[in-house]
Amino acid sequence: MATLKLEIVTPEKVAYSDDVDGVVIPGTEGEMGVLPMHIPLMTMIHPGELVVSKGNDRKYLAVGEGFVTIDQTSVKVLTDMAIEWEAIDESAAEAAVKRAEEAMARKHELGSEEAAAVQVALAKSLAQLHVKRRRRNV
Amino acid sequence: MAANTRDIRRRIKSVKNTSQITKAMQMVAAAKMRKAQQVAVAGRAYAELLAKVLRSVAAGAEEGAHELLVAREVKKELVLVISTDKGLCGALNTNLLREVAKFDPAKTIFVACGRKGSQYLARTNRTIAAEFELRDAPAFLETKTVSKFCMNKFVSGEVDKVTVVFTDFVNTLTQTPTVKTILPITSLEVSTGISGAHDAGKVEATQGESVEYSFEPAIGEVLSAVLPHHVYFQVYQMVLDSRASEHSARMVAMKSATDNAKQLIKDLTLEYNKVRQAAITTELLEITTAQMALG
Repeated sequence: MATLKLEIVTPEKVAYSDDVDGVVIPGTEGEMGVLPMHIPLMTMIHPGELVVSKGNDRKYLAVGEGFVTIDQTSVKVLTDMAIEWEAIDESAAEAAVKRAEEAMARKHELGSEEAAAVQVALAKSLAQLHVKRRRRNV
Repeated sequence: MAANTRDIRRRIKSVKNTSQITKAMQMVAAAKMRKAQQVAVAGRAYAELLAKVLRSVAAGAEEGAHELLVAREVKKELVLVISTDKGLCGALNTNLLREVAKFDPAKTIFVACGRKGSQYLARTNRTIAAEFELRDAPAFLETKTVSKFCMNKFVSGEVDKVTVVFTDFVNTLTQTPTVKTILPITSLEVSTGISGAHDAGKVEATQGESVEYSFEPAIGEVLSAVLPHHVYFQVYQMVLDSRASEHSARMVAMKSATDNAKQLIKDLTLEYNKVRQAAITTELLEITTAQMALG
């Protein structure tokens, strides 16, 4: 059976690299499932949950903003964050959300650049929490 | 004897102090170097993939589809100089600033990143558009402010070309001052360095297959997200490279300083013992002569 070569790369490291059967990515236009032999496509992703399926095995990762390149045999994800759900530190993420929310409350004091950065940080932390909680409740 | 023992002792002491300081600086630089090198090398996989993505996007886009891709006649050029804040790192800044000196001051405005660079630019009366200070371990956001500033100058038409002068980190012993044009985006090369040869092979392989990509959302939106991000990340990577180079150069410089000090101490100690021996001999001679005269 055809497989997809999935690569997830962040500025710090290559976070994931393996042959998989399918992957669901949190696209800016909504969630998108990708199977082998997909048409070549380039798209952007939002902070959210990325699901990798390999056989009966599923892996869940929290990812940040970035770009995805898909062709028939491979999926390349370029993002600023990629954490497997087991590795997410819930309390740290909660603290980060709290900090970011506080910063957002004082938004007018921040420059537009900083405000945008806080917004992104908030979305990323929320994505982490979302992924973690959903898995734990299953 | 030219010098007396006390003078030599004093010199030995001062050289020892200096060697202690250089030794300490060497250790600090070595620790920082390891970290900086790690970060600089880690980003390369990302940069490579980003360039690949960019190539595919640019292949699908028409000529001049985005303002950052348009090459204009160069009337004014902006040069971003990424130097160190502190000295004592060998010939690193000298080599870097030699590259900076090659730009025509009348047609160029400068942006300085790092104190050494801005001091040089001020001393030589060049036009400085802005000065930025970055922390030792720069965050992406900090460098983004710098690159955004340069990009705005380009987009507003104030300058027609943006070039970065930085120190490319090859390995601990080699750092090359490098001049690289980042805007307009014309050549889509990846910053190589350590993994240079390895990268080059990969890039060629991917260029062979030309796949028509579809875009979601429209190509314009993807372009205007990817292109600035590419510029930001490139500058970030260059700053990281410069930092890794700085610490490596400093460690090497401090190591040779320590070695020199050790050699100097050795020579001085020998000299000291000679002088001491001579003094003792003279004294003994004086005593025996005096005794013989009395006897």
